[in-house]
Amino acid sequence: MNGPERRSAAELADALASGETSSVALTQAHLDRIAEVDDSIHAFLHVDAEGALRAAAESDARRAAGESWSALDGIPIALKDLLATRGLPTTCGSRILEGWVPPYDATVVARLRGAGLPILGKTNMDEFAMGSSTEHSAYGPSHNPWDLDRIPGGSGGGSAAAVAAYEAPLAIGTDTGGSIRQPAAVTGTVGVKPTYGGVSRYGLVALANSLDQAGPVTRTVLDAALLHEVIGGHDPLDSTSIPQPVPSLVEAARRGADGHLSGVRIGVVKELGGEGYQAGVLARFEESVELMTKAGAEVVEVSCPHFVHALATYYLILPAEASSNLARFDAMRYGLRVTPDGDPSAEDVMRATRRAGFGDEVKRRIILGTYALSSGYYDAYYGQALKVRTLVTRDFQAAFEHADVLVSPTAPTTAFAIGQKVDDPLAMYLNDLATIPANLSGVPGLSVPSGLADEDGLPAGFQILAPALADDRVYRVGAALEALLAQEWGGALLERAPALRGAGA
Amino acid sequence: MPETPESSGAPVREPVDPDRPTISRAEVSHLADLARIELSDAELDHLAPQLSVILESIASIQTAAGSDVPPTSHALPMTNVFREDVVARCLTADEALSGAPDQEQQRFKVPRILGDEQ
Repeated sequence: MNGPERRSAAELADALASGETSSVALTQAHLDRIAEVDDSIHAFLHVDAEGALRAAAESDARRAAGESWSALDGIPIALKDLLATRGLPTTCGSRILEGWVPPYDATVVARLRGAGLPILGKTNMDEFAMGSSTEHSAYGPSHNPWDLDRIPGGSGGGSAAAVAAYEAPLAIGTDTGGSIRQPAAVTGTVGVKPTYGGVSRYGLVALANSLDQAGPVTRTVLDAALLHEVIGGHDPLDSTSIPQPVPSLVEAARRGADGHLSGVRIGVVKELGGEGYQAGVLARFEESVELMTKAGAEVVEVSCPHFVHALATYYLILPAEASSNLARFDAMRYGLRVTPDGDPSAEDVMRATRRAGFGDEVKRRIILGTYALSSGYYDAYYGQALKVRTLVTRDFQAAFEHADVLVSPTAPTTAFAIGQKVDDPLAMYLNDLATIPANLSGVPGLSVPSGLADEDGLPAGFQILAPALADDRVYRVGAALEALLAQEWGGALLERAPALRGAGA
Repeated sequence: MPETPESSGAPVREPVDPDRPTISRAEVSHLADLARIELSDAELDHLAPQLSVILESIASIQTAAGSDVPPTSHALPMTNVFREDVVARCLTADEALSGAPDQEQQRFKVPRILGDEQ
């Protein structure tokens, strides 16, 4: 396979600009790739070939007329099925929204359309973004392109798998506790959770409002920066949207690509490593830190003592917010309605609908959230969680006095086998150990591949965190590490992924 | 949901043992009722022990922060955001009703509201 689907979005944009290819040609190439491999990957819940090709033809016509809407005009993209798309089904991986077609676009989607990106389709995810493996999707799991028997991470495993399997050059994910970064880590791709409020939440089906953030899923750091600049920025439709302009991310990524890190202070977070982390993941992490030191970075160890409570804090705040948010699925205005026999009341219909429409993990978390918000337990659990959130933020503030960025492995392990943890909620929750603190505090985080673990030959991820609003730093340092590692490897990590045998092969 | 757990008079409360917080089958059943989710006996048998394990794992939170620590509800503190009071585009009635399970006369049609207990 040597088609356009192997190239980065930045390279494709250059090829479009020079007239070497057309948007229709490369959109068709990606649709062909989806047709070839998605039976085995199952990254997509819905493919919109007609709409994508129509948008691509419009992009080509614009370019022929000397016009371009953005740096990514004509580059196709896949969207996590949690973003409302006018005219395209949006299920959130749930039966309760099966067949729902939103009457409006999320702001992120509107901006992508306005920037001329053809939308290939909607990607698979854990139901309502609750999970770290996509196994909680009501429509069946996605598969990791590195090993089809393993999970591609979650909740945004579909977006990460699509990009890793060259089904799309770009995708959008959402990250509430690691759902962009952990799938990136286990599929050997790049994922960024922007500063909370940096990308509009309008039209994202809410999981936990105070934690949710949409961001780029790509194969290179520069592509993520290009995409982030298209979707980022203030939106009056989101009350928590940041009014300040987005920093120059593309410039930061290009600057970082020279591999020089002199003057950059890198803080290794003591609490995000060691016990519970796979040896091969830690080895690749330490080698990456070593490379960055050689490139001129000043490396210090920092301690964030309250991070040990981050997981517990998250599993109180998230279910509490989710149980309130998912109350909107009441069988009255949209989505599934199950009507029991006899003369059922509205509440009977709600109970029956939510029983049939929600999966196990969603039920677990709604009940946990209802419990955490109950008057008898509110102070002991939810109230405490909000206080620990303050302590986690103070830890970050103290650490950023000694370092420009903080680093850790993205996920404690490489991709595990499908089925291994699906009915063991605690084991599943531990996947997000290192990614959750950033969500609690709202700071930006990026995951970039750090290599393959020795034990299993599967990708590991390197996480870079920066202070709120300093998203440019994760791009600069991420691009530098990416360049340093590519130099060591003689190419990108994904080039080492096994070839997928398509239906036509 | 029309009702929040706090507004319900039903007995969810049991004393919390910080070391061994457990959640009984009856409690799960009651919580599911508050959350408007019907659960089968098999689901209750399955869920109750899982929830107890999760609760036990997060019990440490109860002593993690002192009383002097202020709570944080949002990552970045923001005050009220205002805009000019002008009419903006919104969904048409047909658009708003486009996903409705049932409708009549440009309205959402719902089952009877009053339950047996009223």
